[in-house]
Amino acid sequence: MKRFTYLRFELLRTLRNRRFLIFSLIFPLILFLAIAGPNKNAVEGGISLPLYFMTSMAAWGSMNAVISSGARIAAERQVGWTRQMRITPLKPSVYLSAKILSGYMMALFSIAVLAIAGSIVGVRLDALQWLTMLGLLLVGLIPFAVMGIALGHLVSVDTLGPTIGGLTSLLALLGGAFGPLVSSGALFTVVKFLPSYWLVQAGKSALGGANVWPAQAWIVIALWTVVLTRVSIRAFKRDTSRV
Amino acid sequence: MTRTDTPNADIQLTSLTKSYGDVKAVRGIDITIHRGETLALLGPNGAGKSTTIDMMLGLTRPDSGTVTLFGSSPADAVKAGEVGGMLQTGTLIQFMSVRELVTMVASLYPHPLAIDEVLHITGTSEYAERPTKKLSGGQTQRVRMAIALVADPDLLVLDEPTAALDVEGRRDFWTAMREVAARGKTIIFATHYLEEADAYADRIVLMARGRVVADGPPTEIKAKVGGRTIRATLPDVDHDVLAALSGVSNVERRGEAVILTCADSASSDTALRELLARFPRARDLEVRGAGLEEAFLNLTGDHEDDGPAS
Repeated sequence: MKRFTYLRFELLRTLRNRRFLIFSLIFPLILFLAIAGPNKNAVEGGISLPLYFMTSMAAWGSMNAVISSGARIAAERQVGWTRQMRITPLKPSVYLSAKILSGYMMALFSIAVLAIAGSIVGVRLDALQWLTMLGLLLVGLIPFAVMGIALGHLVSVDTLGPTIGGLTSLLALLGGAFGPLVSSGALFTVVKFLPSYWLVQAGKSALGGANVWPAQAWIVIALWTVVLTRVSIRAFKRDTSRV
Repeated sequence: MTRTDTPNADIQLTSLTKSYGDVKAVRGIDITIHRGETLALLGPNGAGKSTTIDMMLGLTRPDSGTVTLFGSSPADAVKAGEVGGMLQTGTLIQFMSVRELVTMVASLYPHPLAIDEVLHITGTSEYAERPTKKLSGGQTQRVRMAIALVADPDLLVLDEPTAALDVEGRRDFWTAMREVAARGKTIIFATHYLEEADAYADRIVLMARGRVVADGPPTEIKAKVGGRTIRATLPDVDHDVLAALSGVSNVERRGEAVILTCADSASSDTALRELLARFPRARDLEVRGAGLEEAFLNLTGDHEDDGPAS
């Protein structure tokens, strides 16, 4: 059990962080209830509006969760905690994985809370549809988790809040989490290269069948993951070789 | 043969250098530290103490030279859990109680001390259940000590551990640290207080401008840097007569004035009483403690024009 003690406390710390709960659970939930509650029978883009917003808000909330988890490294760097950890036997890979796992834990909470709220409002999906949605969301979150690690090494604590807030909102907006922004033309082609577009689509996979997540989705997610991993590694090395 | 008898059992810094851009922080340091020693790295700001400590802990890579800790590289010694450290700057992470934080750090080591024992030694039991965010500066520093100690390390490295504490906090800190030293740990601490180095170290390494300028037991170092001078206008008294006064270690004459050097304040008191008893006509009396900075500069010569160290 001892080898999981570190991870256990990391998860506990994440749960106690109120800002985390607000941005990855409460905001998406309130937005969902505000929009879907009064429009139970409306239809958006061929999908019932509650289902549309349940999946969009799940995508947005879980994206916030995994990005902010890695980004907390900025705060730990600022107080000298990462240096303190470097003079313990803790491996950097374990330190970073704990951040990613904390993010995924919060992402799961976020998805679960919205699924429950969705069911209450009247969303009905069968088990396979729920599992497809969950599985694709978890895959779609990978580049965002890595992005959080990169931000944690590149951004200072003072600018972290606005940076993350702006970045996640912009990515979510362009990806269509608040309603489809564009669905044709040149901008749409660009949008389809964003990981957030495919994350939102992952949420919609529940209804769309196989063609909702085509090969392009896998490629875009894989490419962003590779690029952001390289950025993270460079940022990590720069940080640890610093004075 | 026990491990203590082999050179491998020591901590060895060999020809260490480190520059940051044009600033030569450490310019060739050789120190051998024996197991069980409590050693103070004493020096003014910018002497290169922190850089030396960072290189010992493997946080900074030396430009040249090597560090071995009990025969291993710093990275291997750290991985094996043989080293505990308290860095100069740093606070604690949030959303945990003191006990949880110490438990979390303990879990990283192969054979940590019992949590309650560490809390007891460091005097943190009283606020063990308090969130780390709600601690005073002194309490935070104690918890940082607990984090460094919980590994039960062979080597404990403390970079100006009491810099943020008041006099009482400093005394409490060292009371706790004495208990640790009594367990036969090797302790290396950086400080710029001569009194602190004198009171708690077996050996003082004096650093200035990236070099070791003196290395020896506290009494020896104190004599070098803790000296006092008595200055008086006293013409027509023979050099040898003044040199024979008790407590006087050196006499210098500058015209009508004489400058008597004494090892410490006790000897300058004695010398001054004797001086006045025998030569009541001595006037313009002035007793000065040599400041640490000044003493360092005297020892290093202060004529090098190769830029400031950091």
